[in-house]
Amino acid sequence: MHHLNGVYIIWYRDVLRFWHDRTRLVGSITFPLLFLFVFGSGLGSRMGSLAPGVDFTAFIFPGIIGMTVLMSSFMAGISVVWDREFGFLKEVLVAPISRASVAIGKTLGSATIALLQGLIILLFAPLIGISFSFGTVLALIPLMLLLAVALGSMGILLATRIRSMEAFQAVMQMLMFPMVFLSGAFFPMDGLPAWMSVLVKLNPATYGIAPIRQVLLGIGPESSFGIVLFGQTLSLWNNVTILAGFGTVMILLAVWSFGNQQ
Amino acid sequence: MENMSDNIIRVENLVKKFGALAAVNDISFNVSAGEIFGFLGPNGAGKTTTINILCTLTKPTSGTATIDGLDVVHQQSQVRRTIGLVFQDPSLDERLSGLQNMRFHAMVYGVPGSVQKQRTEQLLRMVELWDKRNQEVRTYSGGMKRRLELARGLLHRPKVLFLDEPTLGLDPQTRNRIWDYIIDLRRREGTTIFLTTHYMDEAENADRIAIIDHGKLVAVDTPGKLKKMVSKDIICVKTENNDDAAEEIKQHYRIDVRRDGEGITFEVDNGEEFLPPFIKEFSTRILSVSLRHPSLDDVFLKLTGREIREEEVTNDLKAMVWQHGRRMRH
Repeated sequence: MHHLNGVYIIWYRDVLRFWHDRTRLVGSITFPLLFLFVFGSGLGSRMGSLAPGVDFTAFIFPGIIGMTVLMSSFMAGISVVWDREFGFLKEVLVAPISRASVAIGKTLGSATIALLQGLIILLFAPLIGISFSFGTVLALIPLMLLLAVALGSMGILLATRIRSMEAFQAVMQMLMFPMVFLSGAFFPMDGLPAWMSVLVKLNPATYGIAPIRQVLLGIGPESSFGIVLFGQTLSLWNNVTILAGFGTVMILLAVWSFGNQQ
Repeated sequence: MENMSDNIIRVENLVKKFGALAAVNDISFNVSAGEIFGFLGPNGAGKTTTINILCTLTKPTSGTATIDGLDVVHQQSQVRRTIGLVFQDPSLDERLSGLQNMRFHAMVYGVPGSVQKQRTEQLLRMVELWDKRNQEVRTYSGGMKRRLELARGLLHRPKVLFLDEPTLGLDPQTRNRIWDYIIDLRRREGTTIFLTTHYMDEAENADRIAIIDHGKLVAVDTPGKLKKMVSKDIICVKTENNDDAAEEIKQHYRIDVRRDGEGITFEVDNGEEFLPPFIKEFSTRILSVSLRHPSLDDVFLKLTGREIREEEVTNDLKAMVWQHGRRMRH
């Protein structure tokens, strides 16, 4: 109970901060929308449809949602580094709440913000001719949260070891862009060169974006939108399990590392 | 200390090593409840390391420390509830308002909602920030931030308040105001106050002072007694006839006098007690008398062989550079 309270307070503060800084919201959705419309219009007209009724713009749309969630969840790490730089982390660390609840609260805070941004992007679906039901939204929420928590705790883990803002940002850029581009967000996974296919399958984000696409577009994993691992086509639940496994390891490492920092 | 049970802070044989360097090298002391205890020493002497150990932020290499009977290594969570902290560097969330910073603190320390509101208002009024409570902290001046931190540190009614260089980098007026709050706080709430400082005039406000240098305690005593360790009180008199006066003092009190300028200077053990009978009995007509106590600067110089002031310059510079850097980032 006491731990839950700690998690809640840390979560609450991060969400409150976000609310204070709403311009961040505008900035963080402009970039994905730019991607969507520039790539969608620029490449879409030349590519035709990738599956019955799915043109290129519709194909990358779930990928853009995934990208938004991924990039935003990395903010969990940024906020830890930021708090350390501005001294606030000290106030948190001497408070009578456990380090574990701080790490988890931070992860959930950034996941909430990531979810909110993902949902805002989702609102643009009708503009590109994708229709979805309320049930679809309900199914997408846990998928987005899972992706955000898994990658957010990875951000926290990095932030406990990388102290300076500059270094952290450099590492994030180094990780974030390959993770976005090699996640199947922008291209189907069949017919990739072998080396690239390996990298895509090693990328945890891949297993977060595929289910979002399958649910949002209502297309099963058997199509070219699925992932084939060791000759097996992964079902939606397989994807979720892999990502959840990665997320669990990350959150445990993050909690451990957070508790052990000086 | 006569009554050991009154000791709210007990430190025994505390050691903290960073590699081969002993930042804190086997120190022991007690602080009694309700005391203002000052930790005085140059930068790098071990002040902040000691505070960090007492606040559960750093684990000691060896030795023990307890606060209100709670072990700082094994009962971290309870210790944290018992203490309040004002750090050397600000630890506020600049993007939240003053009020929101207070609310966060209250939530983390489990201050019930009903008391929280009333206490927050009382504290923010005390530090004269109530009118600015809804402004984001980044718009506050350095002094306002420190005052907010002081108010925040008191929100959960800590038994011991740690102040690490509470007035570093602040203008004299704000320094005085912060000291007024501290002294008032002890009077009203009986809070024990443990502070580090390298300002000599500030250390004078403490009931007792520990002087630390190179990780070792050099002395622990009241400011008055510490000063007596070093030299006597200095008395300067001007009379109608300084020659006669000098002779009379030599004859009567058997002490050396020094003629300087228009007066005579000499040293006695206890100036306050010495002066009244002296003035009454002295046969040469006195024009003026002044009494000067030795300062803690003298004490520090004698005990460590160094002037603390040399450090002060670099420290103030550090504060300046730090604040400058902060401003650049906005």
